Amino acid sequence: MREKFFERFSWVSLVLNSFRIIVIILIVVGAFNTLQGGKYTTSQWVSLSVSGLAQGSIYALIALGYTLVYGILLMINFAHGEVFMAGAFTAVFVAEAFKESGFLDSSPLLAVTILILVAAVVSTVVAVILERVAYRPLRGAPRLVPLITAIGASFFLQYTFRGLYGSGFKSYPEVAAVQGTWHIAGNDIPIVQIVVFVAAILLMVALYWLVERTKVGKAMRAVSENKEVAALMGIDIDQIIVMTFAIGGALAGAAGVINGLYRPQGVSFTMGFFPGIKAFTAAVLGGIGNIPGAMLGGLFLGVFESIGPNLILEGLGIPAANQLKDAIAFTMLVLVLIFRPQGILGERLTEKKA
Amino acid sequence: MALLEVNDVHAYYGYIHALKGISLTVEKGEIVTLIGGNGAGKTTTLRTISGLLKPRHGSIIFEGEDIAQYRAHQLVAKGISMVPEGRGIFAKLTVLENLEMGAYLRKDKDGIAKDMKRVFELFPRLAERKNQVAGTMSGGEQQMLAIGRALMSRPRLLLMDEPSMGLAPVLVELIFDTIEEINKAGTTVLLVEQNAHMALQIAHRGYVLQTGEIVLSNTAKELQKDPTVQKAYLGIE
Repeated sequence: MREKFFERFSWVSLVLNSFRIIVIILIVVGAFNTLQGGKYTTSQWVSLSVSGLAQGSIYALIALGYTLVYGILLMINFAHGEVFMAGAFTAVFVAEAFKESGFLDSSPLLAVTILILVAAVVSTVVAVILERVAYRPLRGAPRLVPLITAIGASFFLQYTFRGLYGSGFKSYPEVAAVQGTWHIAGNDIPIVQIVVFVAAILLMVALYWLVERTKVGKAMRAVSENKEVAALMGIDIDQIIVMTFAIGGALAGAAGVINGLYRPQGVSFTMGFFPGIKAFTAAVLGGIGNIPGAMLGGLFLGVFESIGPNLILEGLGIPAANQLKDAIAFTMLVLVLIFRPQGILGERLTEKKA
Repeated sequence: MALLEVNDVHAYYGYIHALKGISLTVEKGEIVTLIGGNGAGKTTTLRTISGLLKPRHGSIIFEGEDIAQYRAHQLVAKGISMVPEGRGIFAKLTVLENLEMGAYLRKDKDGIAKDMKRVFELFPRLAERKNQVAGTMSGGEQQMLAIGRALMSRPRLLLMDEPSMGLAPVLVELIFDTIEEINKAGTTVLLVEQNAHMALQIAHRGYVLQTGEIVLSNTAKELQKDPTVQKAYLGIE
């Protein structure tokens, strides 16, 4: 027994385990101190969580694009944030026109639906062109090659859209219908957060239905398991890959407009970077390649970065904790990569070979 | 005219010259078997016919048309279907979904339902497990699924790569009986097997492959009697 113990003992696991314990202690102590201090009321926690869910559902929509492409090509499409930007940036002009003509205020539901469609179409087109021009010629190349191409494509798209729409910041016009709050169970919840959350969930349900129930969805799952055998079924692999990019693009474009409702400011050619990185984090968090994982990862990340600073960092006595939101998000990415590289719902990569 | 005519096909894996001028024919209604040791090129031959591997040289004529340059998914529409080596079922899809994938190119709902029923008659075990995730089934059941799935495209030529691999003797028997049954119902079969004994029992004709070349071809009955085949592949001294 003793010998066995020493055989298994390794410095790496010792360091990892102590690190794990330290992280857990920090979280528990931080949370305990904050709650003990009683600085925030229950309804404040609720409103932080709800805004986290709204933000998280936007991350989830973008994260699905990363995860769908990874599931089929085992490739991270780092230009996906720019696909999101393309839709959001284009739709802002349409939104302005709708505002001026009064259409946005007279029939907000129809107007926003049209905006979502416009953004989705633009993002889909960008994603499909990206696949055709930048990635398809590199299929079968070593995995580092398309990754570097993705970063190049990302810059290319940013500066193309800067050339098209200029370098200034724009913002989405205010939609009167989603201003104000709803009183639910003793808490005032901004309507816009509810709308954002519901719209995102509807899109995710639609995607889930598509992947689980339709022929194209089943073919996508078949291709992600085994491309060669899928081809033997008569499935055109290239066509399914294009479909995958298109669906991911459409979701990202829709997320662009939904994001515009929630955070109207800051629409510019660089706006894709941060949501892109966050969504990638969410996808890894949930288990890259796993569709429910991306949804869960997005929501989890949104809530965690919303309540995390106040709950944990403040309790540890760190000042201005609210500004450390992004630090919390990326710390979590690092922790996940160390302790559970396959993500929350992901399976171990070694199984992928079977 | 033969259903399938392979003429002087050469194929490569990278720099490895895997097929060195394979020629063979399969007549409509036959079961033809390719036997040979490991690395003889049996699987490569099937991969080349099914379009997974492009031949560097030579022609493959199916129903009078040269199909050498078509890709695998296009050949399914032409009437060629393959049961790949190691079964290749979609482990995360259900049995039913696997069968639906087999019928991916078909639009005739009634016809698909009819063929699905036929597959379930052929393999009642699959009917019992139709909503089960395919990866959780036993090797034999997975092989049944792989065969059933290949039938769902209503192929005129069925390519089978080592259907007996890794199966218990009872199941091997069952699988071979089914292959005969499928053939009697009108599907032509090109069968690759390590188990030469079983393959020659059900086949009409056979080819013997050695290091990428065909060294012998004859009717199955004659091959069974051939002293070199007996020694090398049937274990009879």
